[in-house]
Amino acid sequence: MQYDLKATELRREILSMLYACQSGHPGGSLSCVEILMGLYYDVMNVDGKNPKMADRDRFVLSKGHACPALYAILADKGFFPKEDLKKLRQIDSHLQGHPDSGKTPGVDVNTGSLGQGASVAVGLAMAAKHGKKAYNVYALLGDGECQEGLVWEAAMSAAHYQLDNLVFMLDYNKLQIDGSNEEVMSLGNIVQKFEAFGFCCFEVDGHNIEAIVAALKASSDGKPKFICCDTIKGKGVSFMENQFGWHGRPLNKEEFDAAMKELEVK
Amino acid sequence: MGKSLRVAYGEALTKLGAENEKVVVFDADLAHATMTHIFAEAYPKRFFNMGIAEANMVGAAAGFAHSGYIPFVSTFALFGAGRAYEIVRNAVAYANGNVKFGLSHSGLSVGEDGGSHQSIEDIALMREMPNMTVLVPCDPTETEKAVFAAAQIKGPVYIRVARPVCEDLTNADTPFIPGKANVLREGKDACIITCGLMLVKALEAAEQLAEAGVEATVVNMHTIKPIDKDIILKMNQSCKAIVTVEEHSVIGGLGSAVAEVIAGHAGAAFAMVGIQDKFGKSGKPEHLFAEFGLTTEHIVKTVKSLVV
Repeated sequence: MQYDLKATELRREILSMLYACQSGHPGGSLSCVEILMGLYYDVMNVDGKNPKMADRDRFVLSKGHACPALYAILADKGFFPKEDLKKLRQIDSHLQGHPDSGKTPGVDVNTGSLGQGASVAVGLAMAAKHGKKAYNVYALLGDGECQEGLVWEAAMSAAHYQLDNLVFMLDYNKLQIDGSNEEVMSLGNIVQKFEAFGFCCFEVDGHNIEAIVAALKASSDGKPKFICCDTIKGKGVSFMENQFGWHGRPLNKEEFDAAMKELEVK
Repeated sequence: MGKSLRVAYGEALTKLGAENEKVVVFDADLAHATMTHIFAEAYPKRFFNMGIAEANMVGAAAGFAHSGYIPFVSTFALFGAGRAYEIVRNAVAYANGNVKFGLSHSGLSVGEDGGSHQSIEDIALMREMPNMTVLVPCDPTETEKAVFAAAQIKGPVYIRVARPVCEDLTNADTPFIPGKANVLREGKDACIITCGLMLVKALEAAEQLAEAGVEATVVNMHTIKPIDKDIILKMNQSCKAIVTVEEHSVIGGLGSAVAEVIAGHAGAAFAMVGIQDKFGKSGKPEHLFAEFGLTTEHIVKTVKSLVV
């Protein structure tokens, strides 16, 4: 697969979905595209034709508001038709504003309430170990999300139960709704924090799929794994990049046209 | 011989665990108070202590439910329904996750620990969530039935477990069908609808009322949700008064649930005996019950005020 072409195609899908529903979260959806690509195209054992396959790897989008990126990939993997994407957030759609396991094929866990996904992922990983299953559990967290105490309750229990089948990935774009992490609530050294909580930590360029995949495949020495993915919020659209204002605002016609022009496949 | 409902809960879990290996149990450092330690000793590999982190315990249990297990989550009612509320709602109820909450130390009967630990709002918090079933057993035998019934229900269930030792009012043959109330005594004048530890006082009140010439029906509403609308509407037509009695705030509990059913229907006069928008405090349970109006005398007085 040509990753750069696929990434551009996915970003076009994401913006089209968000433009159509005139709501949702572009910034954090665009920042996690390569992270999800690494997981879904290179690492996870999942089957779009068999979403409930017994021993599939589990993915939890703990930063649930970035679901347009997940939906675009799930459609691309054949979990549901691509036409469904046009109906994101509409009343008769299975594509909810935040992921819903009861409605969308390929979504294993409901998320949207921040911190919750990290905790449920711990449960999935504990259950896998309890049942002597070989699959892995991956959760993608937001940086603002790490201000939730529940993330650290989850982290503590992941280390306590030695969940080496669990990977927390951080979409570290450093921006949240009200501004930068630094302005709103500093995270300090987030990697050291996870290290102190007992995780085996990696730091990668979150837009470099090869680097992401290498970290995903690396050994974690019997510990839960934390991969800090350094990303750019709004990645791929010049006027959205590194702008916290694009966390959750819809695009108007001019902005949409300009963004799509930047994302044209040359 | 009486038994604490929490002991009955721990023993029932263990019995259930013997029958069903999908049953797993979670606690938050209160296993010797909620009595889940009984299960833990019998099935150590199926017991997970999550430390003093209730929200994460609920999230982790949701993960087990997503993986095909039947997790029972235990802590004090205040922390399971209160502190972890939003995770119960979003990780469990919203997903219709198959998680059971056996939460102990509910109500004023916690006693000496005081208002910070006396959950007077857990029924309200749990019953307003779509998908949630709410069971309030009245005695040790009914507690065991509630545990087994919860495991049969597909979806989240809350079992409200009280701390005190109490005598059995029901027996092995008493039916326990979630959503179908049990009538323990019949009388044409008034109907007392109650649940949990207040059932014994409601029966005593009915006895005293009979001596005064007032015949009262006593309904054990062991399921607060889905509530038995049929029996409530029937009583609303056949009796002069309905009085609800609960060890919970009158805001959002059993009384509110009954009021929601009779709203819009002409019929019986209605009153609620329960905690009147106040926090609890330290004291012996019987002294607290007296101070907060959860007494046989107060039930009798309330019924008489409506029918005599």
